[in-house]
Amino acid sequence: MKQGIYEILFNFQLAPNVFRMVLKGDTSALLSPGQFVNIKIDGLYLRRPISVCDYDKETITLIYKVVGEGTEKMAQMAAGDKIDLLVGLGNGFNAEKKCQKPLVIGGGVGIPPLYGLCKELIKFGKKPIVILGFNTASEMFYEEVFKLLGIDVYVTTVDGSYGVKGFVTDVMKDLEYDYFYTCGPSPMFKAIESVAKTSGQFSFEERMGCGFGACMGCTCKTKYGNKRICKDGPVLEREEIVW
Amino acid sequence: MVNTKVNLCGVELDNPIIPASGTFGFGYEFALTYDINILGSLSFKGTTKDPRFGNPTPRIAECKSGMLNSVGLQNPGVDKVISEELPKLKACFKKPVMANVSGFSVEDYVYTVEKLDSESQIGWFEINISCPNVHGGGLAFGTSAENAAAVTKAVKRVTKKPVIIKLSPNVTDITEIAKACEAEGADGISLINTLLGMKIDLKTKKPVLANKAGGFSGPAIKPVAVRMIYQVYDAVEIPIVGMGGVATAEDVIELMLAGATAVEVGAANLVEPFACKNIIENLPRVMEKYKINNLSDIIGGAH
Repeated sequence: MKQGIYEILFNFQLAPNVFRMVLKGDTSALLSPGQFVNIKIDGLYLRRPISVCDYDKETITLIYKVVGEGTEKMAQMAAGDKIDLLVGLGNGFNAEKKCQKPLVIGGGVGIPPLYGLCKELIKFGKKPIVILGFNTASEMFYEEVFKLLGIDVYVTTVDGSYGVKGFVTDVMKDLEYDYFYTCGPSPMFKAIESVAKTSGQFSFEERMGCGFGACMGCTCKTKYGNKRICKDGPVLEREEIVW
Repeated sequence: MVNTKVNLCGVELDNPIIPASGTFGFGYEFALTYDINILGSLSFKGTTKDPRFGNPTPRIAECKSGMLNSVGLQNPGVDKVISEELPKLKACFKKPVMANVSGFSVEDYVYTVEKLDSESQIGWFEINISCPNVHGGGLAFGTSAENAAAVTKAVKRVTKKPVIIKLSPNVTDITEIAKACEAEGADGISLINTLLGMKIDLKTKKPVLANKAGGFSGPAIKPVAVRMIYQVYDAVEIPIVGMGGVATAEDVIELMLAGATAVEVGAANLVEPFACKNIIENLPRVMEKYKINNLSDIIGGAH
């Protein structure tokens, strides 16, 4: 974990209420996809945890949805503004699992960290297959960006306005894969759990106090004892999760 | 050169700064970010006789200038604290620590203190009789002078280490409870624990916390802490460990002027992991600004 001041390079809307923010600063504390940053926002007491979509030597990309006071304030920030971040939080995805055809499944605003994951999987010589689930076509983002990685991308919409009509599991059930990674809303997790044929990793969300393991605000029960979503997670292995 | 040393119940501290229980774990995770040996001491995560998962989530809610928590004393239980947590703490922190103990009966407190008593690193016991987040215990001891006295008396019998009783602000007259503890031999009083609060989500129209109510902490509660420390300082002779909304070196001085010998930093650690380090580094400069040479000289100076 490192604390630092980061400069906003871009902050623009990708889809209704979904924004992409690119920050410049020290990224050395980021070790794996699926980790998150905790952002200090003027006028609010607690920091706001946002998962990292992608990073390189000097920039961090965040994609966030406006869901409350904190993200509303983030959406109003402009290029050139400086923000205080804790970086390199959480236990991210393990892209080195023994598999050849991993399935990567994202739902809505759970999709962003899976982009960094796909890049990492490709780096390790794997060919991920991606399913992105949205409610409706107007809420879609990042389909083309995933496709630019040269991988197969399926899109589902609940109302059928784009791609396959239905849920991510409607596509998942017909695909061949030997491992899976997922991030998204909890009803989607439960559906995936009920149809998944292999081991996999789930990235969870919870209200957090500190974001670095001190306050015990986000603890969940697992088969191997209590785990803090912020520190031991947010990524947990399928085998340890208590549903 | 200013002097930041204070003496808490016969043990000298390099400075009065102590991370508050529940905001610093068992220290070793903060030790990855800075050398925690700069701290005066630290009060470790509230420990109970049996392991506790705590309350359901959400356990945390944002509030204006503060936060609510309803963690509910999650801890691995005293046996695992001794076998797993304290060795890790010892490896990164060389000073005496404050053992924060909670319970659901007088026997629970006695059991846990007796087990921890032989741990050489423990310099003081901080007996939490004021947790607002557990039912049928904790706070029940802190809101009755008679119960507070009974816990103090029983714990004093099983340890020779200084016993500091941590009091709740959720009472009509905190001085009565402080006096009852002092009369049974308490070596110090720490205050204030969190204020009982609640937040309701306008979208769901229900309380945000799964436990409904929780403990309110953060800068918003500092005036309450200062007032209560001031009152307790007048009521007892034993030293006070003050806490409540402390985030800066100026806050430390304010609580000491009210009557605190040492000062705990709580919620600030969760927002700024370097909060205690920053306070300790700023303290000499702020002391010079207010013409304070010896920090211990200002204890109770506002009276």
